[in-house]
Amino acid sequence: MADPASRDADHPVRGTRAVKLACRGLWKVFGTSADRFQAMLPGTPSAADLHGAGLIAAVRNVEFAIHEGEIFVIMGLSGSGKSTLVRCLSRLVEPSAGQVLFDGRDLLKATETELIEIRRHKMGMVFQNFALLPHLTVLGNVAFPLEVQGVERQAREARAREMIELVGLKGRESCYPRELSGGQQQRVGIARSLAVKPDIWFLDEPFSALDPLIRREMQDEFLRIQSVLKKTIAFITHDFDEAIRLADRIAIMKDGEIIQIGTPEQLITHPATAYVSEFTRDIPRAKVLSVRALMRAPDERVEYAGQVRAEARVASVARQIVESPQPHAVVDGSSAIVGMIDRQQVIDLLVRQDGGQERPK
Amino acid sequence: MTAGTAAAVRVDTATPRSAVPWAWATIAVLAVCLYLGRAAAPWAVTFPEEWTLPAQAWVSRFVKWLYEDASLGLFTFQELTRAISWVLQWPLEAAKSLLSGGFVRGMGQQAVLIWPPLSWVGAIGVVTVMSLYARDWRLGLLVCGCFLYIAVFGQWHSAMITLSSIVIAVPLGVAGGLLLGILAFRHPMFERAITPIMDLMQTVPVFAYLVPILVLFGFNPVAAMIATIIYALPPMVRNTTLALRRVPTEIVEFGRMAGCSRGQLTWRVMVPAARGGLMIGVNQVIMLSLNMVIIASMIGAGGLGRDVLTALRSLNFGAGLEASIAITLLAIALDRLSQAYAARPPSAQSPGESRPRWRRHPHLLAATAVVAASWLLGWLIPAVQQYPEELQVTTGPLINETMKWLNVNFFDLIEALKAWVLLNFMVPIKRLFVALPWAAVVAALAYAGWRLGRWRLALLVAALAGFIAVTGQWEKAMQTLYLCGLATLLACALGIPVGILAARHERLNRVVQVIIDTLQTLPAFAYLMPVVMLFRVGDFTAMLAVIAYAIVFPVRYTIFGIRQIDPTLVEAAVASGCTRRQLLWKVQLPLAFPEIMLGVNQTILMALSMLVITALVGTRELGQEVYIALAKADVGRGVVAGVCIAFMAIIADRLIQPWVAARKHRLGIA
Ligand SMILES: Nc1ncnc2c1ncn2[C@@H]1O[C@H](COP(=O)(O)OP(=O)(O)O)[C@@H](O)[C@H]1O
Ligand SMILES: [Mg+2]
Repeated sequence: MADPASRDADHPVRGTRAVKLACRGLWKVFGTSADRFQAMLPGTPSAADLHGAGLIAAVRNVEFAIHEGEIFVIMGLSGSGKSTLVRCLSRLVEPSAGQVLFDGRDLLKATETELIEIRRHKMGMVFQNFALLPHLTVLGNVAFPLEVQGVERQAREARAREMIELVGLKGRESCYPRELSGGQQQRVGIARSLAVKPDIWFLDEPFSALDPLIRREMQDEFLRIQSVLKKTIAFITHDFDEAIRLADRIAIMKDGEIIQIGTPEQLITHPATAYVSEFTRDIPRAKVLSVRALMRAPDERVEYAGQVRAEARVASVARQIVESPQPHAVVDGSSAIVGMIDRQQVIDLLVRQDGGQERPK
Repeated sequence: MTAGTAAAVRVDTATPRSAVPWAWATIAVLAVCLYLGRAAAPWAVTFPEEWTLPAQAWVSRFVKWLYEDASLGLFTFQELTRAISWVLQWPLEAAKSLLSGGFVRGMGQQAVLIWPPLSWVGAIGVVTVMSLYARDWRLGLLVCGCFLYIAVFGQWHSAMITLSSIVIAVPLGVAGGLLLGILAFRHPMFERAITPIMDLMQTVPVFAYLVPILVLFGFNPVAAMIATIIYALPPMVRNTTLALRRVPTEIVEFGRMAGCSRGQLTWRVMVPAARGGLMIGVNQVIMLSLNMVIIASMIGAGGLGRDVLTALRSLNFGAGLEASIAITLLAIALDRLSQAYAARPPSAQSPGESRPRWRRHPHLLAATAVVAASWLLGWLIPAVQQYPEELQVTTGPLINETMKWLNVNFFDLIEALKAWVLLNFMVPIKRLFVALPWAAVVAALAYAGWRLGRWRLALLVAALAGFIAVTGQWEKAMQTLYLCGLATLLACALGIPVGILAARHERLNRVVQVIIDTLQTLPAFAYLMPVVMLFRVGDFTAMLAVIAYAIVFPVRYTIFGIRQIDPTLVEAAVASGCTRRQLLWKVQLPLAFPEIMLGVNQTILMALSMLVITALVGTRELGQEVYIALAKADVGRGVVAGVCIAFMAIIADRLIQPWVAARKHRLGIA
């Protein structure tokens, strides 16, 4: 497998923003004889080796780096080790080997008290089944992380109210969790995890327990909140559509290993394995691919019907392009023409999707 | 448990099934041969006296040493027990003054009342407000009614003495159980250490440790309260570990992510999240404390328990029955109240949070108002302070008259019935049990153990049975087995059909559930009184009381066993054309059988614990030993007999549990 740096090579935010959280050679094996695993290191024992030793590897030699302000989605089927991985990042689960670098500092070397401090001030987490405390009101739940730190009542309740308003639950402060719908409960979970102004935000399948309609609404809500707060995010999901909708970059996980990391567009245009292309097959390409990925080289002899931006998703400009017989010019940020695109290209992309037929290349 | 199951499954495949009846037949033949040849080898039939160990004397000597000479470094053991008594005495005295005696200055004749106790009007007001807070006016009516009965029937004074020891014992038991439970949850080593002790404590009849407590702490209410707490503690410990273990992982993970310290995680996250399970434990502590009321009066508790005991000893049935009913009503009121508190969801605060503090707690306010008003009125009108004697009702004489009438008119009939059952049924069985050669019984138990759990279980069972023989308790143990076995058999013979009917008829089920729920709230002693009234003392009475007490369990487990069967199985059977009868015999009963056996197991345990209580009516088994030991403060005798009863319970439990597990495994419903 290629090294992680080269895989994010052409990522837009890389290089401009610092790495917030990274892990190197991260392993988590479950089983009674963990010392037998230590004996296999360094090296990359295979699943069969581990199985022979009575061990289950939930996370296998994982490497990635999450940049500041990035939404990093970890996607994989159930049982692929996502939850274990995200818990290793906060040391809720103790990794078996490797490094977790948070702001450049190895978390695995932190003492218990340091860890408590880091979790209190720098980390927030949202759980699949909400994990709200049943005996506290919405206000009490959201203020809880601050209460644990010993923040004054007035200050923590003010902050909690601010968060409750942010997630759109104003007026529900004195309800108890069981009086709320699933979607509302998860809003509380989100508000609570943000109350301490975390540097890094972990979300473990936050919307998986919700109905599809509510899930979409929550995804929009999540994007809205992120556009305001610009957190660094590790988002877990088993739903590729959700990953595509939310991610700056996606890591695809299978049997504890990360198979590929890339932007949604990269995963679709250059799937690393058949497993990845299997996921991307049913994805509406026009919604993921940018005009840049589809354009041809510009032709000076052609008269353009108009201009479209290279970064725009094809779906968002499809109508404009298809309605005109003339091709459109593709421009970059500085309005320089970098390519052109015509209706046939767009129609091909759309038809291939809906007709379900691959066009021979 | 899982190890046992695995072993049992292995045994099933390893031993050819046809060999099993032969093995049992061999043991039976062995028993007969031993009995017939008892002249040649008498030691194999009756355990020889010269082989017995003086375990009783050892225990007595140990406790004497503990009490008189043992030193724990800085202080002696005796000083420790005195300190404990002294510390516990204060809250107990305070509660008693508050509820029944009032606060006085001075002693004896010169005592001056400086503050009256809570009046009956005030107390009823407070419990009613509590029920309104916990649930609704219906509960309020029930609880109010229970307490009113107590006042009207002249049981108030005694009931308040009993209540005062309950209100101190329960919080102490809950707190102690909670702390031990948390420790056990946190440290698996500690859990492994206390589990066998808890098991033993739950099976050793209370009487057995009453004797050491009597010797160490004396004959007084504090000693009684200590016994109550020890008795009520184990279920709280168990419920605590269970409830904490059931807290969803995500909630614990949230607590850790929020940066909770260990203490914060336990007290701010896990304990509140486990509230439901913990409240079940609290309810059990309350019920067990009430169950102890009468037994505790044997080592110095006053109140209703002592009234019942005195009445029982002097055969004053009227008074005994009234006090029994009062205990029962107290139990029902406290049970329903605590359950309502447990089920009460935290209520949404109404929007007006800016209201003044006192208006946010209307119930607290109401209770305070009731107490203050009743206190003020109490000064002016004595009838408010103390329920007027001339308005008291008593059914005592009436009941005594009825009894007299029954005895005059039906004495012959009742006696004839009793004699017939005894002569034709109970005495022969008793003779058979006592005549069984001990060696054959131990062999049979060991073989059963070997079949179910190979050597480990065989050795355990044989060792426990051997202990009973070696300490010279064999004959008494056989008498215990006979009474307990008969009672269990009859309870199951009556209870299982009722359970089957109820499980198949929803209407009947609802009625049965209400009845067994009520029966289960009754303290064990309540069952004794009416039976003694009719049948006087003896084995027959004891057996009836045990059956009445234990019948709830076969009913409950049978209903549960049949109801928990996967409905698709039943549907499949109906779809393939089973009649209702076939459905019962071919599908429901076989699948429910393991569950029913668990009910039988529970029935045996309950029968054993009840036997100790029926010793009061003059049976001749291990329970009687404990009872005599209590009267004579003979620690060794009481403890050894108590441990023997516990061992019998453990033998039954350890044999039935793996059997059930193996059976479930075979049926694929494990
Ligand atoms: N505490 C544990 N002990 C043993 N195995 C575990 C434990 N937690 C997770 N696993 C195993 O690790 C694998 C990954 O689990 P998980 O991280 O929960 O996957 P996901 O969140 O992707 O569904 C699974 O095979 C699971 O059985
Ligand atoms: Mg998961």
